[in-house]
Amino acid sequence: MRDVAVVSFAYQAVAKEPTRSEVEMIVPVVREAVAASGIDRTEIGFTCSGSLDYLQGGPFAFVSGLDAVGAWPPIRESHVEMDAAWALYEAWVALQTGEVDSALVYGFGKSSTGDLHEIMSLQTDPYYLAPLWPSMVDLAALQARAYLDATGRDEKDLAEVAARSQRNALANPAAVRRGDVDVDALLAAPVTHDPLRDHDIAPITDGAAAVVLAAGDLARSVCARPAWIRAIEHRIEPHSPGVRDLTRSESTRLAAQAAGVGDGPVDVAELHAQFSHEELLLAEALGLGGATAVNPSGGPLAANPVMSTGLVRIGEVARRITAGEATRGVAHASSGPCLQQNLVCVLEGQD
Amino acid sequence: MAGKLVGVVGVGQTKHRAANKEVSIAGLVRTAAKEALDDAGMTWADIDAVVIGKAPDMFEGVAMPELYLADALGAAGKPMMRVHTAGSVGGSTSIVAAKLVAAGVHERVLTVAFEKQSESNATWGLSVPMPFAPPLVAGAGGYFAPLIRAYIARAKAPRHVGHLVAVKDRLAALRNPKAHLHMPDIDLKTVEESLLLWDPLRYLDTCPSSDGAMAMVLASERVADELPGPVAWVHGMAMRSEPTMFARRDQVNPQAGRDCAKDVYAQAGIRDPRADLDCAEVYVPFSWYEPMWLENLGFCAEGDGWKLTESGATAPDGDIPWNPSGGVLSSNPIGASGMVRFGEAAQQVRERAGDYQVPLRTGKALGHAYGGGSQFFSMWVVGRDKPAA
Repeated sequence: MRDVAVVSFAYQAVAKEPTRSEVEMIVPVVREAVAASGIDRTEIGFTCSGSLDYLQGGPFAFVSGLDAVGAWPPIRESHVEMDAAWALYEAWVALQTGEVDSALVYGFGKSSTGDLHEIMSLQTDPYYLAPLWPSMVDLAALQARAYLDATGRDEKDLAEVAARSQRNALANPAAVRRGDVDVDALLAAPVTHDPLRDHDIAPITDGAAAVVLAAGDLARSVCARPAWIRAIEHRIEPHSPGVRDLTRSESTRLAAQAAGVGDGPVDVAELHAQFSHEELLLAEALGLGGATAVNPSGGPLAANPVMSTGLVRIGEVARRITAGEATRGVAHASSGPCLQQNLVCVLEGQD
Repeated sequence: MAGKLVGVVGVGQTKHRAANKEVSIAGLVRTAAKEALDDAGMTWADIDAVVIGKAPDMFEGVAMPELYLADALGAAGKPMMRVHTAGSVGGSTSIVAAKLVAAGVHERVLTVAFEKQSESNATWGLSVPMPFAPPLVAGAGGYFAPLIRAYIARAKAPRHVGHLVAVKDRLAALRNPKAHLHMPDIDLKTVEESLLLWDPLRYLDTCPSSDGAMAMVLASERVADELPGPVAWVHGMAMRSEPTMFARRDQVNPQAGRDCAKDVYAQAGIRDPRADLDCAEVYVPFSWYEPMWLENLGFCAEGDGWKLTESGATAPDGDIPWNPSGGVLSSNPIGASGMVRFGEAAQQVRERAGDYQVPLRTGKALGHAYGGGSQFFSMWVVGRDKPAA
């Protein structure tokens, strides 16, 4: 495979963006990522984005997004109705063909404008499941209960994930939930979706993120320490939660195996865990041990800009590699109810 | 074309119709996918990855339906992607799938596109009022009619040319058993007397609303060479996008379409598309888009598109047949319509187009799709023979 690296990353998130539209949120992150990449906007070979129409409640969310990237003269461009981590995958494939040497990837969404948890029930089987309006939190709680029952873990383990996330987020300017909290205080809060409490559920977040990819010598020439994508793999599982073993993530395991996660030490991992139990479950599927710093940014429990949350995971790992804080890291992205679909990206710095 | 060779080794599609009540959305996509697998002589287990495309999720009311469709498409345990680039999506989905093979990531990719328009109402789905934006409430026809009027004024085209396309494509569809509309009695008078919807578009100048799905199996050279069936080799593929609105944008003859065509022709060694292609399957959802795209795609000089149409050159027995399958005017499962164009072009060079097969001279055909406000374009050229090294 051709050497491809993340050479820049920009990201903004807030709990509720009261004035700016999606396009206005994309503009500064795209501008920042492109400027930091050292590649002129007009020289970028390919552009790909990820978004979800149902977040804005109208068709073609991505069409006006084009206004933010300056698509004139016309550009090579595509879009996935998926988390922008998959837009990055599409861009990585385009770079592998040799057709282009660089790509801009962005994702965006304002989940504060509607009822995110209800909206996501429209992802479920339209004939058998969606008519019941299971919110994404209802479905996650089923998985959390199954996981706790199967592993003997308890709500304190969940609170420990949440507390670490909030403490890590103290250093993250994009975090919308952070604090020096302790586990006992968290456990004093009421259970809202058994066994989950509010701190176990990712906060509503509006945000946008952008990444620039470059191949081989171009990456080396524009970035002192590019974050090389050593492998990027994704897998999907059957849809109905009733036909899956919810106590594990088989698709994450398969993707991690194909990506060779276990072939070397993992300094840092950023996981697309929107619920506390998902982090534990994913760490097991990825085979991560105690030496790995998991979600040092605070992860999605600190900020969950839907449709770029997965891309942000890749960006956060890349940022640490480029800064020399890590040598080998794993980024994970997820889609669908109860972690139905998962992507694993192994990034590495070279000294 | 960049990367490794890609071949279309299997094609399948549903019978398109106004409302397919016999199957669910899952049943619809699986029908097309199974036919493509059978055509390729493959089973579900042979497939490495699935790439699915469709137009806005609001057309069926299912958000990110690839999640629900994973089982029906045999994707469990495999990679699956969902592309959405507006009306061009069927074309761009084909290209994303083809790039997985061109990049050497996979060797056997199943790609599927669909729309089940009877589950909702596309004009409503396209016209949801949005904050801070003027309400359109016009659907696609209301959006494109002013551009068509601008074309007519610019090219000084006689008003009956659109109706000629409406008749030509419906008569062509009579030879295609999968086409939605079969109107054996259609003639110029029927079209002229149909209801005026958006001047100059009459009811029969517009595409139908269809339920339908299209699927293809794409394979590496190594895999394709070992299969007994005919292969359509991808000679070039390209996508271009430009913003919807800005001052002095030419929406009648968009730059993105011209650039995209230039790119794909250069990859495929096409100098004169009218002479170097045996046929073209082009996204013509409103009759007037045939002459407009004839110009945009370089089949003639600017201003001459309507003359080409009027001369009969684009009819099935003309020198450059456009939409011998009946085109979008005869079947429009929106999200699939672009892939139908790409797949029909492949069927022609595989000589699998049945009663609407065109004679092959150069053995090359164009598949084309566009979307949004005439701003997203995807195209490929496929050939009977492998591209010259």
